[in-house]
Amino acid sequence: METLSFEFPAGQPAQGRALVGCVGSGDLEVLLEPGSVGSLTIQVVTSVNGSAARWQQVFERMFRAQSLPALNISIHDFGATPGVVRLRLEQGLEELSHA
Amino acid sequence: MHDANIQRLLAQRSFTELGARQRARALLDADSFRELIDPFARVMSPWLARQGIVPQADDGVVVGKGLLDGQPALIVAIEGTFQGGSLGEVGGAKIAGALELAAEDNRNGTPTRAVLLLETGGVRLQEANLGLAAIAEIQAAIVELRQYQPVIALIAGPVGCFGGMSIAAGLCSYLLVTREARLGLNGPQVIEQEAGVDEYDSRDRPFIWSLTGGEQRYASGLVDAYVADDVEPIRQQLIALFRQGKPALQRSRQHAWFLERLQGVDTSIQADAAAVRRAYQGEQP
Repeated sequence: METLSFEFPAGQPAQGRALVGCVGSGDLEVLLEPGSVGSLTIQVVTSVNGSAARWQQVFERMFRAQSLPALNISIHDFGATPGVVRLRLEQGLEELSHA
Repeated sequence: MHDANIQRLLAQRSFTELGARQRARALLDADSFRELIDPFARVMSPWLARQGIVPQADDGVVVGKGLLDGQPALIVAIEGTFQGGSLGEVGGAKIAGALELAAEDNRNGTPTRAVLLLETGGVRLQEANLGLAAIAEIQAAIVELRQYQPVIALIAGPVGCFGGMSIAAGLCSYLLVTREARLGLNGPQVIEQEAGVDEYDSRDRPFIWSLTGGEQRYASGLVDAYVADDVEPIRQQLIALFRQGKPALQRSRQHAWFLERLQGVDTSIQADAAAVRRAYQGEQP
């Protein structure tokens, strides 16, 4: 198990918060809460060691195409593949837009 | 006929496929669910990370208050997907504390009833004695609360309910199961390890369900209702039982009758589903 931290540029703080997923095999839990202006921070606790570069690339690819609100994101991961990570993050962002 | 089946399937909303939070929300009156110690409170197990296991923000236990049939209700849902629904210090304390508060409500004139959605292998082995202590507190709290209002447990599956939590289920005023549910003190793999694969093959699913599955437990009189895996009928069944009120005699108070039945079992013969059902036949007190 390891804990990783990431930071990306962002806009204004998000409105509301959201929780998606579950710490079950091949899945992850994502908690999204409003962050400080201009900053998107992500803390990942993952069962898979040595995966920092993979997380960095998943986030970069995802955030390149869209500008995001300022958020603090917590991830508890139980061996999810990059595809599942991306689906869960998108699900979380969508729930935020309904919040 | 074909069309009717399709219409029935489309109208159905599976309960077992829902996560713990969705289950809790679905059974209470619309929009009345209010979570206590929600995931954003981040009251997590302090023990899992020290053992290299990723924790979950709600420790796999959802506790909420709301209304059921317009009456104040506590609802507890265990997330079977997280660590097999195992109960550790935090999740166990959330359940025990909520049940104790519901009893306190009753003493103060608010008739809070409780629904437990059990999906658990029992104690979380990584938290050993702390989990066991928490389960003992849950059991004591169920016995306390059931004096005032019915405490109803539902085992929906697919995990089932085992270990110390199967005792907690047995202490409830009423117990509901689906076909997917299993209820037993020891889980199949534990029994296989102790008894040998010839006697108890944990991979033989039809065999396991024939002995510990929901239908069998209902036929044996160990549970009060056998419900379809469908949200609305489950909700209606809960409402009907709460309207009925407390049972005249709690099942756990009938222990003498059950012990007498068990003593009559010939253990030299391999038990099958029919023999188990027969063993529990007869007038209950």
